Amino acid sequence: MAVKKFPIEAGHIMLFARAIGDDNKIYHDEDYAKATEPGSILAPPTFAIASAQFDPDYPLRPRVGQSWFGSGKEPTGVQRSSGGGSGGGGGGLHAEQHFEYHRHLKPGDVLTATVKPGKTWEKEGRRSGKLVFSETVTEYRDQNGELVITARGVGVRTERPVDQQ
Amino acid sequence: MALSARTLKVGDTHEEHIVNNLTRTQLVQYAGASGDYNPIHTDEVFTTKVAGYPSVFAHGMLTMGMTGKMLTNYVGDGRLTKYGVRFTRQVWPGDTLTAKATVEAIREEGGQHFVDLAVSTVNQDGAEVVSGYASARIDP
Repeated sequence: MAVKKFPIEAGHIMLFARAIGDDNKIYHDEDYAKATEPGSILAPPTFAIASAQFDPDYPLRPRVGQSWFGSGKEPTGVQRSSGGGSGGGGGGLHAEQHFEYHRHLKPGDVLTATVKPGKTWEKEGRRSGKLVFSETVTEYRDQNGELVITARGVGVRTERPVDQQ
Repeated sequence: MALSARTLKVGDTHEEHIVNNLTRTQLVQYAGASGDYNPIHTDEVFTTKVAGYPSVFAHGMLTMGMTGKMLTNYVGDGRLTKYGVRFTRQVWPGDTLTAKATVEAIREEGGQHFVDLAVSTVNQDGAEVVSGYASARIDP
């Protein structure tokens, strides 16, 4: 899994900031941003996750000509055997996310992302049966090859849906 | 605007309401902006009938993003050096969340001052949905 070209674009930053309910003008107003300490529009701290948009193989995006596991005529577009143990509904759940910022992203940056698998481990969960955790480390580099963000994510697959009691 | 090592104290806190009555529409917005179209966040039919949950629920990264708004409002833009969380509980449509940062340490490294923060976001019942940490550059 890798992203060869993740262009940081002002319009995308604006849409992302709206989605997280952040109306800070540094995310959409160039004139305002010029007068701030960073001196330009910046991306919000969790924006690097949107590199998924530029990953050609990202599994949680419908693809032309392929069946999608969300509902259409039937509740799911993919028939899988019963008791498959993916209580998160295909993609598992997100357990942890960590970012280290070497610098912050701004429009005009063009990043690459390389993903390395990390540790995997198991735990017995109180509310969802056996939990299988897996870690990935993503390094985001800019157009000059400089490391700008190191991200570590932990995903978890649950044996059954998380009990809400 | 930026925090200062001179005035900051261990134990200082900053708290913000980051969302009131979270809507399904905001989950759709976040799916579109982030690119994470997992139907458990936007597709009630799939989520209730196939995945086995009572309704769609928020992307963990949406809660982390909303919590990040509280952090950047506190430490200033472009100041974060680290930010990490564990997702401890799901966030549902209708939830109202409050995010809080608590100063754990103020330190100096190579002439640059930093603050280390504990981060916690709770829902309307006081249950923690995100538990984490952040560090940021601060002024002397």
